[in-house]
Amino acid sequence: MIGLSLAYLKDRGLNTALNILLLALSVASLVILLLFSSQLENRFDKDAQGIDMVVGAKGSPLQLILSSVYHVDIPTGNVPLDTVPLLRRQLGVAEAIPLALGDSFRSFRIVGTEPAYPALLGASLADGRMFSAKMEAVIGADVAARTGATLGQRFVGGHGMSSGDEGPKHEETPFIVVGRLKPTGTVIDRLILTRVESVWGVHGIEDPGEDHHDGESAEDHEAHAGAAEVTAVLVRFGSPIAAVRLPGFINRQTNLQAAVPAVEVSRLLALVGVGLDAVRAFAVLLMLTAGLSIFVALLTALKEREGDMAMLRVIGASRAAIIGQVASEGLILASAGATLGLLLGHGVIGMAAASIEQLRALGLNAFAFHPGEALIVAAALGIGLIAALIPALRVLKNDIAETLANAR
Amino acid sequence: MSSPDTLTNSKTAQGPLVEARGLSHVRDGRTVMAIGDWQLQPGAHALLLGPSGSGKTTFINIVTGLLTPSHGAISVAGEVMSALPPASRDALRRRTIGLVFQTLRLIPALSVTDNLALAQQLALGHVDRAAIAGMIDRVGLAHRAAARPRQLSQGEGQRAAIARALITRSRLVVADEPTSALDDANAARMIDLMFDVADATGATLLVATHDGRIAHRFANRLNLMAPVAA
Repeated sequence: MIGLSLAYLKDRGLNTALNILLLALSVASLVILLLFSSQLENRFDKDAQGIDMVVGAKGSPLQLILSSVYHVDIPTGNVPLDTVPLLRRQLGVAEAIPLALGDSFRSFRIVGTEPAYPALLGASLADGRMFSAKMEAVIGADVAARTGATLGQRFVGGHGMSSGDEGPKHEETPFIVVGRLKPTGTVIDRLILTRVESVWGVHGIEDPGEDHHDGESAEDHEAHAGAAEVTAVLVRFGSPIAAVRLPGFINRQTNLQAAVPAVEVSRLLALVGVGLDAVRAFAVLLMLTAGLSIFVALLTALKEREGDMAMLRVIGASRAAIIGQVASEGLILASAGATLGLLLGHGVIGMAAASIEQLRALGLNAFAFHPGEALIVAAALGIGLIAALIPALRVLKNDIAETLANAR
Repeated sequence: MSSPDTLTNSKTAQGPLVEARGLSHVRDGRTVMAIGDWQLQPGAHALLLGPSGSGKTTFINIVTGLLTPSHGAISVAGEVMSALPPASRDALRRRTIGLVFQTLRLIPALSVTDNLALAQQLALGHVDRAAIAGMIDRVGLAHRAAARPRQLSQGEGQRAAIARALITRSRLVVADEPTSALDDANAARMIDLMFDVADATGATLLVATHDGRIAHRFANRLNLMAPVAA
């Protein structure tokens, strides 16, 4: 009977192809949304792991989180270097890691920080060693793969967060690659890490902890060092009390801004979520439309085939065999639509990640599967089955002799 | 014991293959078929003759269990059709009866070969490709074996429908106007074929027709009258 179902589907090939395409488009839309939203949330969670609070200049808290945790926005400004020891002295603060941003190399951000930062995100060295002296750099796995940079290679940073090969360069202060990180699936894969002092050095700011240079007056040294700032400080709490007390205290009592990644990300996802929900609703509607289309197609086909069905009964097909035959038509359509939809969905994610820089930065992975996809496939098969069973049961109610007589 | 108008199941008896007792059918207050008592012995070739509207198709529907008679009963292979539950009736029809309809009722999505294969699979539970090829050859459709029904002429379609009924090696082959669309030569050929296969397999033939060209081939005739008032 499966052979008969395939023969019927082949017999009305265009109709079959259109129904499969319609269902495939709806499945693909849902798969794309599912993969995009789940991988986005997963990426947000992974990138913010261990970071309980970010302290930076006053401005938008979301901008502060996006620029300092996810490295996708420009910073709100800089804060005095004193902020770092100040935070470290606070009760309940386990770790305070400074970040100094401002330059990039071939669109990859150069981040002045401490070795504690890659450790916080679970990154480890693939080869080489961690940066220690000024102008030493450790590159993330994506940076190494995309730029082809190797250990010992020198490179010059450009001014700005996303400068390519164009724009002003700091030719006189090259970095040297001393280490390469293993892939982590986090934002650190796309960063170039160095000491904070390297970033100051590139911009002519002296390290306040360093002795003044020969020929430089103590006043000049003070003046240069006075400009030493950091862009943000990532804070990990050691006690839950700090989580309750510190953000509010910093925002009320200082010129600094404290933002909590979990709060800002959930706010962002809520905003993005409205859009995603609307697209999801559209995709569900598309799937129902596909189901209705299969229903109409099978209903029409079975109406035309009432005589065939009656004849099948006459030559020995049981009622269960007839239902099975029609149901298998619906299921074959739905299976083909679901399979094509899955391939299409993953293909679109893959193509988007390969061709759109921002999406690649989010780490979209076409080869990752989400358990929710099984539900989408099950829904598609269920719709196909229901769309087939209704006309099948209707045909079975017909009187065989009458059907054959009417068809004469 | 059975009364004149009743039949009892007697599968083991070597009696008639088809037996009608007091059989008639009323539709919309009108008697559309009245046969009374009638028997068809195994291996016989019977002709059901009558003008249009005399109830030939109604009788065939009753014989094949597609219709329950208003009065009387009919047994096939010792089993009373109307006494059987639908599933058993379907099974009896599948095991025992091969049908050729006036309208061909070939499955349009399948080739001639696959139409025969489907019928064989449903009736016998297996497909014998060699037997199918042989049967197609015997009805003169070897060159059209891969054709779909819509690609066949009316006559070719009729031959394919007869081949489908014969391929299941049924004990009873019931045909409703099987030669109506055939020319003289092909009509004679079809009847020869049906007789040959029926004789070779011991099948019983029941052919309903008003085609005078084939009537003389049958010694056993059942004449149906024009409709009478109930």
